Amino acid sequence: MSKLLAAAVAAEEGGHGNPLLPHASELVFGSIAFAIVLILVGWKLVPQIQKTLAERTEAIEGGLKRAEAAQEEAKETLEAYKRQLAEARHDAARLREEAKEQGAQIIAEMREQAQEEARRIIEAAHAQIEADRQQALQQLRAEIGALAVELAGRVVGESLQDSARQSRVVDRFLEELEERARTQERISS
Amino acid sequence: MSARQLLAAEGGNEFQAPGTEIFEWGPLWHGAPSWLTKPTLIVALSVIIVCGFFWAAFSKPKLVPRGVQNVGEVGYLFVRDQLARPLIGKDGDKWMPFLMSTFFFILVMNLMGVVPVMQLPAPSHIAFAIVPAAVVYVLMIFLSIKEQGLVGYFRNMMFPPGLPAWLYVILSPIELLSNIILRPFTHAVRLFANMFAGHLIIAFFATVAYWFLFEKLTPLGASLGLLGFVMTIIMTAFEIFVQALQAFIFTLLAASYIGGALHPDH
Repeated sequence: MSKLLAAAVAAEEGGHGNPLLPHASELVFGSIAFAIVLILVGWKLVPQIQKTLAERTEAIEGGLKRAEAAQEEAKETLEAYKRQLAEARHDAARLREEAKEQGAQIIAEMREQAQEEARRIIEAAHAQIEADRQQALQQLRAEIGALAVELAGRVVGESLQDSARQSRVVDRFLEELEERARTQERISS
Repeated sequence: MSARQLLAAEGGNEFQAPGTEIFEWGPLWHGAPSWLTKPTLIVALSVIIVCGFFWAAFSKPKLVPRGVQNVGEVGYLFVRDQLARPLIGKDGDKWMPFLMSTFFFILVMNLMGVVPVMQLPAPSHIAFAIVPAAVVYVLMIFLSIKEQGLVGYFRNMMFPPGLPAWLYVILSPIELLSNIILRPFTHAVRLFANMFAGHLIIAFFATVAYWFLFEKLTPLGASLGLLGFVMTIIMTAFEIFVQALQAFIFTLLAASYIGGALHPDH
């Protein structure tokens, strides 16, 4: 009885009774509903989030790459600084070395100059002494001659007034004297 | 007013298990257009919920997600990493709009079966299972022919290489039958039958509980009514699981059909 009633109610409400048979109106309504979801969610909204996700991935990767690049740059800068520092140190060492060399050279030059100067002074002194000696020798020779003649005259008792003969005698004597001295030198040396 | 309520009021003294009449719904009110029934209202509501949710989540997507967008992205990544990429492959992302729409539309329609007041999974009306299944079927045929050619499609389907010749006698008709004729039916009916049976089971236990605890409360029947009440709760929890699972399986099959159409070699 109630089953009949249920069937009657179902029929009255426009149902088919067989759940495996689709209602035409529901097929149409379902298609429209699915189409709305496909268009709004599928066609419009999902591509937006796909784009955002792609952008996010790119942003993260880009950020990492940028950080890497910055690190690379910092490293390069550090390298450059180190290189410059090394160059500067090298330069300083080179300059110091040069200065040392130059100083040594200057000292050597000065020493040479001083030695030269000393030698020159000594030579000049030698020459002066030699000249003085020559002069003294000349003077001495003349005086000794006169003295010797005078002495001889006194000893002999005769005046040796003849100047020409006198000087000849003196000269001969002196030469003999010199000869003797030279021989003595030769023997001693 | 549903048929079940009518029956409850006029059913007499005997317990009457609910039948297919619980799926029969007339116009929402007297004089309303005949298509405007509770199931169509549920479908319309599902459309609004799905579209509203994804509108809130994805209409103005931010690079750094906040609030609803996070939830939406979890859903997107779930469908992408569990369905699109494993089943379609590298070009799976291209099919995400379709798979997302299908999965969440069916999921919400299914879950309407446990939402108070609604309490009817829309695909328990076979029409709402046929529509997406038909779309998937048409898509599969179209893509297969586009990618493999008409002859290539049937050759790949019916004559996979590397089998002894006599086997094709058995294999080819079976493959043809299963791929072209049975596939859309099984696809639609699997969803429909699960929702239909689930709703019927919950309705059955709920009716038992109502009948033995309220309509005809007897010392003997009370325990039965209590059992029905507990079972209603347990089966509702189980149905939530089944509803989610069936939405997943439906979309999984859709993705697998699309993947098979695009890459017939595996």
